[in-house]
Amino acid sequence: MHRRVLAGDRLVATFLIGCVLFNYPLLSLFDRRAPVYEIPPVYGYIFIAWAAVIALIAWAIERRIE
Amino acid sequence: MLELPVLIAVSLTYLGLLFAVAWWGDKRADQGKSLIANASTYALSMAVYCTTWTFYGSVGRAAVSGIGFLPIYLGPTLVMALGWFLMLKMIRIVKANRITSIADFISSRYGKSHGLGGLVTIIAVVGIIPYIALQLKAISGSVSLLLSYPEIVMPGRSATMSVAADVSFYVALILAAFTIVFGTRHLEATERHEGMVAAIALESVVKLVSFTAVGVFVTYGVYDGFGDIFQRVIADPALRRLVEAVPSGQGYTNWFSLLFLSAMAILFLPRQFQIAVVENVNEQHLRRAAWLFPLYLLLINLFVLPIALGGLLHFAGQGVDADTFVLTLPMALRHEGLVLLVFIGGLSAGTGMVIVETIALATMVCNDLVMPLLLRRQTVVMGQGRDLSRLLLTIRRGAIIVILLLGYLYFRLAGEAYALVAIGLISFSAVAQFAPALIGGMYWRGGTRGGALAGLSAGFLVWMFTLLLPSFAKSGWLPDAFLSQGLFGIELLRPQQLFGLTGVDEISHCLFWSFFANIGAYVGVSLLRPPMAAEATQAAVFVDALKETGSRSAVLWRGRAKVSDLQDLVGRFLGQPRAQAAFGAFARRHGAESIGKLEADARLVQFAESLLAGAIGSASARVMVASVAKEEPLSIDEVMNILDEASQLRTYSRELERKSRQLQAATLELQEANERLKELDRVKDDIMSSVTHELRTPLTSIRAFSELLRDDPKMHLADRERFLGLIVSETERLTRLINQTLDLAKIESGRADWNGCELDLKEVIEQSVAATSQLFREKKADVVLDLPDDPPLILADRDRLVQVMLNLLSNAVKFLPPGSGQVRVVLRSIDGGLEVGVIDNGPGIRPEDQQLIFEKFRQVGDTMTAKPSGTGLGLPISRRIIEHFGGRLWVESVPGEGATFRFTLPFAAAQQPAEAGTA
Amino acid sequence: MSKKILIADDEQNIVISIDFLLRREGFSVLVANDGEEALAKVRGERPDLVLLDVMMPKMNGFDVCQAVRADPDLSATRILMLTAKGRDTEVSKGLGLGADGYMTKPFSTKELLAEVRKLLEM
Repeated sequence: MHRRVLAGDRLVATFLIGCVLFNYPLLSLFDRRAPVYEIPPVYGYIFIAWAAVIALIAWAIERRIE
Repeated sequence: MLELPVLIAVSLTYLGLLFAVAWWGDKRADQGKSLIANASTYALSMAVYCTTWTFYGSVGRAAVSGIGFLPIYLGPTLVMALGWFLMLKMIRIVKANRITSIADFISSRYGKSHGLGGLVTIIAVVGIIPYIALQLKAISGSVSLLLSYPEIVMPGRSATMSVAADVSFYVALILAAFTIVFGTRHLEATERHEGMVAAIALESVVKLVSFTAVGVFVTYGVYDGFGDIFQRVIADPALRRLVEAVPSGQGYTNWFSLLFLSAMAILFLPRQFQIAVVENVNEQHLRRAAWLFPLYLLLINLFVLPIALGGLLHFAGQGVDADTFVLTLPMALRHEGLVLLVFIGGLSAGTGMVIVETIALATMVCNDLVMPLLLRRQTVVMGQGRDLSRLLLTIRRGAIIVILLLGYLYFRLAGEAYALVAIGLISFSAVAQFAPALIGGMYWRGGTRGGALAGLSAGFLVWMFTLLLPSFAKSGWLPDAFLSQGLFGIELLRPQQLFGLTGVDEISHCLFWSFFANIGAYVGVSLLRPPMAAEATQAAVFVDALKETGSRSAVLWRGRAKVSDLQDLVGRFLGQPRAQAAFGAFARRHGAESIGKLEADARLVQFAESLLAGAIGSASARVMVASVAKEEPLSIDEVMNILDEASQLRTYSRELERKSRQLQAATLELQEANERLKELDRVKDDIMSSVTHELRTPLTSIRAFSELLRDDPKMHLADRERFLGLIVSETERLTRLINQTLDLAKIESGRADWNGCELDLKEVIEQSVAATSQLFREKKADVVLDLPDDPPLILADRDRLVQVMLNLLSNAVKFLPPGSGQVRVVLRSIDGGLEVGVIDNGPGIRPEDQQLIFEKFRQVGDTMTAKPSGTGLGLPISRRIIEHFGGRLWVESVPGEGATFRFTLPFAAAQQPAEAGTA
Repeated sequence: MSKKILIADDEQNIVISIDFLLRREGFSVLVANDGEEALAKVRGERPDLVLLDVMMPKMNGFDVCQAVRADPDLSATRILMLTAKGRDTEVSKGLGLGADGYMTKPFSTKELLAEVRKLLEM
C-alpha cells in the first residue's frame, strides 16, 4: 500500500512540476534571448523540460519501490 | 511516377496491409493469443492522437506562431502523469460495467439515462465532424498536390467544383468503406476490436518514421542542421519572431488554453477514450504508456519547427500553404521516394483517426441514439426470435457512412476558411465539454442527471455559438453581421466577444464562456435536489471504483425474471452460441451444472445486463432486461440502505479483521507471559522446596537431640555437652541460612543497600584473612598472602567485599586436606582493574560442577570429606556482589589439583564514567 | 538377636542423633553417608530396616529403594523413607517404589521409634 502511495505522490508532483515548467512565467524567461549553441533558448528549453518530465514519469511509474 | 493510378494503388495496398494486420490481430484474439497484449502496442495505439493535424497541420501552425504548436502535445504529457489515477479509474469502471463509449460512460454514471447518452452522442458527433473534415481536407489536399507533380499548385476551393469531381468526396467514401470493414466486420457486436488496435499501432509507427524522415531530410539534407536553419531564420527580420518569443498573437492565455484543451482531448476524444480505456487489455499497460506515449509525442514534434522554418525559407514569397510543407518540400526537391513515404505517413495519420473516431462515434450513435429510439417502438425489436446482432451492425455501418458524409459536408461548407489546426481546435473545445460531467461524476457523488444534462447542454450551446457558428460565418454560409453585430444585432451577443469580453483569442474565449456555463449549470442544477435511487447507485459504482471491494458487491436489483428469457434476450443481440457459452460459464462459476439449475436472482440479472451492455450500451441494456424481467423498483432509501449496508459490512469486516489480529497478538503475548509465569512458578517451587529442605534438615537434628536430652535425664555428661554443642551449631546454621536467603532475595530484587566507597582491596583481604585465621588453625592449614603494596583503589562496599572474601576463604578451608592444606591469596593488577585469586590445594571441582556451584542451594560435596556445612547460597551471593561492582567471579580447577576462585573489580577511576553512563 | 538397622543419610548430625537413639533402644546400627554406600551395605550386611534419606550424594534414596526392591534376595528388607521435602508427590513416589513407610523431617523421636517398631513387627 505504501508503495502505491509513494509512486502516486511522485506522479502528482511530476504533474505539478510540468504545469509550472510549461507555463507563464517560467516560459517568459526564455523569450527573446540570444541563441545558445545556435538553438533558440525557448525551443531548447521546452524540449529539455519536456524530456525531463517524461523521464520523471517513467521513473515514478516503472520503478519498483522496494 | 506519381500519377493517380499509382497513388490509388499505393493507397489501397497500404490499406490492404493494414487490413491484413487487423485480420491477423482478430484471429489471434479469437485464439486467445492477443497480438496487442503488450504495453508498447498499447502506447503506440494511443498515438492515434496524432492525426493529419500533427502530420501536416503542426508545421502550418509553427510557420505562423513558432512553438505555438507545442501545447497540444504538452497537455497530454501532463495528463499522462496523472494517467495512473484518472485512466486507471476509467478503465476499472469501463471493465466492471462493460461500457462501450464515452456516451455510455456518462449515461451510465447518471443512472443509465437515455437522454444523457443521446446528448453526449450528439455533442460528440457535431463536435467531431470538423475534425473528420480536417482529415478529409488533409488527405484530399495531399492527393491533389501530388497529382500536379512536379508542379506545386495549391488545391482549388472544393466548394466551387461539383461533388463528383471532388477528390475529398471519394476519399470520404473509401474511408467509410474501409472503416466498415475494420470496425463492423464481426457479426458479434462487441465493444472491443483487437485487430483494429494492432493496425492503429502499426500506423503510429509509419507516421513517426515518415515524419522523422522528412525532418531529417529537411534539416540535414536541405540545410546544414538545426543551427543552420535557426541562424538563417534569425537573420531574417520577418521570421525572427517565430523562434524568439513563446506564442505569437494572443500570448500566454492562448498557450494555456491549448494546454488545457489538449489535456481534456486526450481523455475525452471519443477515439482516445476508445483506445485508451475501452480497448485496454491490461491496466498494467498504463505504466509504460504513461511515458512512452509522451515520448512518442516529443519525437514526432522534434522536427516540426525545422520543417516549418525550412519551408518558409525555401518557399519565401511563393504562396505555398505552410500546412503542405511536409509534402511540398520533398516535392520541390524532386525526392519522389520521400514524397511517397510522406503521402503514406499522412494517409496513416488520417485513416487511423478516421477509423477509430468513426467506429467510436458509430457505436455511440447506435447504442445511445438509435437503439433507444427503436426500443420505444418495441414491436420492431421484440419481434419473436429475431436475431438482432445483424440489425446492430447495420445501424453501425449506416452511422459510419453518415458521419463521414457529414464530415465531407462540413469540409465543403467551412473547411476552406481555416487552417488544419484551427479546425481541430473547434473539435477539442467541443469534447472538452464532457469534462465537468465525466470527471465530476467520477469523484463527486452529488452530481445528478439533471445537472449533467444542464451542464452539457449549456456548454454545447455556448460552444456552438462562439466557435462553430462563427466558423460557418467566416466561410460565408452565415451573414457577416452575425459576427460583427451580434445575434439579433445585440452587441453583447457578438459570438466572439460575448458580453464584451475582448483581448483573448477565440479558443480561450470559447473555453472560458462554455466552461463557465457548463460547470455552473452542472453544479448548480445538481445541487437543486438530492440524487435519486438510480443516480446514487451508479454514483457509488463510479466513485468507489478503485476501492478494493467496490460497491458492486452490493446487488441493487429486486424483482422476478426467468432464466430462459434472459438467455434468449442476450442471445438475440450476441448470437445464441455466445449467450449459451456465457451463461454456462456463469453457472459453473456459481457452482451449478447448468444455467437451468440457477435462480434468476439479482446477480444473474446483472450479469445478463452487463453482457447486453457490451453490445448495446448500458442504458439500452437496462431497458431490454426490464422488458423480460419484472423489476420492483427500489426507492432511494432502499438503495442508500443497501449501499450503506455494503459499506458498513466492509467497515465491520475490516474492524473485525483488525480486532481479530489484535486478539491474536494479545493471545500470543498472554501465552508467552503464561509460559514465563509457569517457568517462574516452577523456579519458585524449586527454591521453596530447596529452602524448606535446607530448613528442615537442621531442624531435624535439633529436634532429635533435644528429645534425646529431654527423654534421658541420666545421659552421660559428655554426650549431653556434645549434643548441646551440636544443637547450638545447627541453630547457627539455621540463622545463617535465613540471613543469606534474605540477603540474596534483597540483592536479586534490587533492594539491597550498597555503600560504595573507594577502598584498598589489600586491607579487605588482610581483614578477611584475620577473621578466618581460627578456621585455618583448626585445619592446621597455611594462608599465604601475595599482595602488592599500595594497589590502586577500587570502588565497592567494604562489608560486602569482606563477605565475599570470607565466603571464599571458608569454602577453601572446608575442602583442604587436613594437615597439609594451604591457601594462597593473590592480588594483582590487570587491564583496567584488580584481580584476586583464592587458591587452595584441596580435591578440586569436577568440570561439570564448576557452573553448578554458583547456583542456589547447589552444594557439591564429597562424602569422603565432611558434608559441607554451608547453606549453598554463599557463592551465588558472592557472584552477585562482584557483578554489582562491575567485576566477574569464576572458578578454575583441575580435579585433584585444587581449585582457584578468582574475581576481578575495575579501578575506581574507570568505574565512575560507567556509573555516570548508567545513571 | 537384636534387629539390624541401616541409617543412610548425608547429614552427620542427623546420623549421630538417630544412631544414639536406636542404640539406646537396643538395635544394632549401621551407617551410610551416600546412596551407593547405602546400597552396598544393604546387600552386604542385610539389615532388617533401612532408614533412607532421599537427598543423598551419588545415588538418591528413591534409586536405592528401587534397586533394593528389584533384588528378590532383599525382599525381607524393610524400608522407611525419610525426607525433608514433604510434598505429597514425593510420598506417593516413594511408596510407589516399594518403600514400607515414609516420614517427613523433622520428626519426633517417639514417632520414629514407633514407626521402626511397627515395620519390624515388634
